[in-house]
Amino acid sequence: MNWKYICHQDELENEIGTAALVNGQQIALFRIDEAEHIKIFALSNWDPFGKANVLSRGIVGDLNGQPVIASPLYKQHFNLENGHCLEDENCILPTWQTKIENGDVFVAVN
Amino acid sequence: MTTNQNKPRIVVVGNGMVGHHFIEQLIQSGANQTFDVQVFGEEKYIAYDRVHLSEYFTGKNAEDLSLTTSEFYKDNNIDFHADTKVVAIDAPANSIRLDDCTQVDYDKLILATGSYPFVPPIPGHKRDNTFVYRTFDDLDAMRECAKDCKTGTVVGGGLLGLEAANALKNLGLETQVVEFAPRLMPVQLDETGGAMLKDMIEGIGVDVYTATATNEIVDGEAAFHRMNFADGSHLETDLILFSAGIRPQDELARTSGLTLGERGGIEINNVCQTSVDNIYAIGECALWNGKIFGLVAPGYTMAKVAADHVIGNNSLAFEGADMSTKLKLLGCDVGSIGDAHQATQGAKSFVYQDEISNAYRKIVVSEDGSKLLGAVLVGDNSYYDTLLQYYLNGIDLPKEPQGLILPASDGAPAALGVDALPDTASICSCHNVTKADINAAVAGGATGVADVKGITKAATGCGGCAALLKKVVDNELLALGIEVSTDICEHFAYTRQDLFNLIKVEGIKTFAELLDKHGKGKGCDICKPAVGSILASVWNDYVLGKEHVALQDTNDRYLANMQKDGTYSVVPRIPGGEITPDGLIAIGDVAKRYNLYTKITGGQRIDLFGATLPQLPKIWSELVDAGFETGQAYGKSVRTVKSCVGSTWCRYGVNDSVGMAIYIENRYKGLRGPHKIKFAVSGCTRECAEAQSKDIGVIATENGWNLYVCGNGGMKPRHADLFATDLTDEELIRYIDRVLMLYVKTADRLQRTATWMDNLEGGLDYLKDVIIEDSLDLGAELEAQMQHIVDTFQCEWTTTLKDEKALKKFRQFVNADEEDNNVVFVEERGQIRPATESEKYELIAKAV
Repeated sequence: MNWKYICHQDELENEIGTAALVNGQQIALFRIDEAEHIKIFALSNWDPFGKANVLSRGIVGDLNGQPVIASPLYKQHFNLENGHCLEDENCILPTWQTKIENGDVFVAVN
Repeated sequence: MTTNQNKPRIVVVGNGMVGHHFIEQLIQSGANQTFDVQVFGEEKYIAYDRVHLSEYFTGKNAEDLSLTTSEFYKDNNIDFHADTKVVAIDAPANSIRLDDCTQVDYDKLILATGSYPFVPPIPGHKRDNTFVYRTFDDLDAMRECAKDCKTGTVVGGGLLGLEAANALKNLGLETQVVEFAPRLMPVQLDETGGAMLKDMIEGIGVDVYTATATNEIVDGEAAFHRMNFADGSHLETDLILFSAGIRPQDELARTSGLTLGERGGIEINNVCQTSVDNIYAIGECALWNGKIFGLVAPGYTMAKVAADHVIGNNSLAFEGADMSTKLKLLGCDVGSIGDAHQATQGAKSFVYQDEISNAYRKIVVSEDGSKLLGAVLVGDNSYYDTLLQYYLNGIDLPKEPQGLILPASDGAPAALGVDALPDTASICSCHNVTKADINAAVAGGATGVADVKGITKAATGCGGCAALLKKVVDNELLALGIEVSTDICEHFAYTRQDLFNLIKVEGIKTFAELLDKHGKGKGCDICKPAVGSILASVWNDYVLGKEHVALQDTNDRYLANMQKDGTYSVVPRIPGGEITPDGLIAIGDVAKRYNLYTKITGGQRIDLFGATLPQLPKIWSELVDAGFETGQAYGKSVRTVKSCVGSTWCRYGVNDSVGMAIYIENRYKGLRGPHKIKFAVSGCTRECAEAQSKDIGVIATENGWNLYVCGNGGMKPRHADLFATDLTDEELIRYIDRVLMLYVKTADRLQRTATWMDNLEGGLDYLKDVIIEDSLDLGAELEAQMQHIVDTFQCEWTTTLKDEKALKKFRQFVNADEEDNNVVFVEERGQIRPATESEKYELIAKAV
């Protein structure tokens, strides 16, 4: 596994998306603060319905217990954990593993 | 292409819309692989969209209107010959002959030869400068001729004739229409409807002569032609266009011995076979059950049926076609459904006629009043879709069917309840989802709109059907005995109004606090922005404050409107539309510096498009320095106050509309609501600011101001209602304060003022009671709440520019300085616009 440093966790805000560029690929990062620890989700920033790099600018939430991001363009929801689109089962966004070490955020790349 | 002798051969004669549709059906079924397919077209162009032929005069070229390409035909093994005339069919030998004497053999022959324009045999009809309206070549010749003409006349006042008249008008000619029948569109309209249409068309400067027969066409004195009419009068004109109907193009069939109808047309059976089994006819050349269908939709159905039969499926049949039509002719709405002429025995009719705003509507109902047999609409086609559902599906009419054509503001019952809609009714036309599909999804366990959207894709295209979809879903849930939830979403078991009250009464200041006390989960894109809006309406805190920023939709989060390519537009506030030359120059400077696309908005402001996320703070700091503040064009909030120049400059103005507009805009700016809110102030009853189409409309009178409320533009436009007359400045502001605050407090999420008022029990009268008579004793409280908003206004951009932390959010990437490489602009009319998919592709290809 090849971990790529992105930024310090303080650069990301709770329940707000942030875009990052990793090896030329646009990734949307989402930080969600739980009681005991911080979760970071990473999926493609590309909205396949709106055809623009905007997912990091949507609203974070949960639906039926799944953490989701709603696209700011046409409001489709994507599961933050696995990239599945809730409105279209054929559509799955690429996701990346993440980790936090000493407050630094890393994304797994091949 | 190599010809495989073993494959059966299909030959198609004619490459119009219907002939092409037949080919498409073959390709779709894969039959282009198992058959040799040859197509012969007489024109030099590949199939094009004849229905939109007129657009050839308004900017489209032959390529734009083309339905396919020769590459597509080639890629699909279709052997296409343009500019080739078929002159004979040898049916016993199964072959056709081309004009160069080539013989082509077939196993199945499809005649899709269409129709030709009928030219009445008036002496002189073959003179120079006379035309028909059917092909690109016709239009090219006409356009060339029109260059030297001043006047043009269309012979024929039917559908196509009126469209042709529009084309002449677009070519800059003074235009007349001469119709033999006593009214326009004699097939589709009745006498009154035709007369109303005539008035409307004359109103836009086209002279109409009805009940007029032309005896001869001779040399004119002042113009090229003189048309001498049967009543002794005459008309001089430079150009004549014949559009007196169509006749089936059946010459080839006639000389080949196929059976024709008495008045022409190739006779076909229910699978489109002619009198010879392996020869088919489809489209306007075909005669089915004694009828020729002069519309493209029935032709497409025939093409589908014939293709199905030719390839051996035999699963479809042609069963006739509905000839109902709705069109916009010369800018006038015209609709005709079924038995428009009340020809059915015992039929009765209802008529609504409005000579002030030019509208005419008639419905023809069965003798017992239970079914809709036909309808005529002139001036407003918004009634068409509902009426067509009643007609096509044989739905029982309501007890008082006249309600279906009365203006909506008369308190008439809602047009068609969703339970009356048939299962076949199309709810989402983008994804072709019917009511039955939606009910099946609900029966399969879907418990709400979101589920149904996921299963059927309804409302995920343009989204225009979302409201109707919700009604259908709720209706079906109720029918199944499932309680329909009015909860705002799964996180809060409350309506927007409940949440508003909880927030206000308990003094709740943040989403987290509300969620903790009254909700569950983490929230979603429905409840977060709704609560964000309520918090802003009640407390008016800075929306990008730490506690609020995650609630904001992208527009509010970045204080700009997201556009389709992920860039944003910037709209500085220009209260009342009044701006100094220095202000204009400042905006122009900024636009030039950042290479932004500029456009004047419908609300009298200037839109700057194409700003990237990192550019937004830079652009706004320049605008703020130049004295501008946020226009809040991004929020569900107060937008613009449009105005005319009023008594200051106008000869007719009776009060200072600009001054009042600026006052109003400054008073209510920053107010957030369930939906966007627009205003206008007109300086006199001429209403140049179009105040009656706004949420709040103000019109000056000799004695003060008239106040109109709850109108809107958008998808379902609605005129505002007159609320109070001859108000003083103070009264006007007091009423607006109260109406707006009551709306903000009690309306549903994304509910416009118009729907809100319609849903108040008692409607306008109730609203007048509450606001003017203060029947609920709420007046003072509403005014105080509004005053709080007025007193706490801050320009969100000014605040944001001072906040280092907030500014960080505008970086494109948290870890790189690069820009989004998917944002690509091209130049059009001297400005930028987003590149289309194919342009991007080309630009990338060029770069590589």
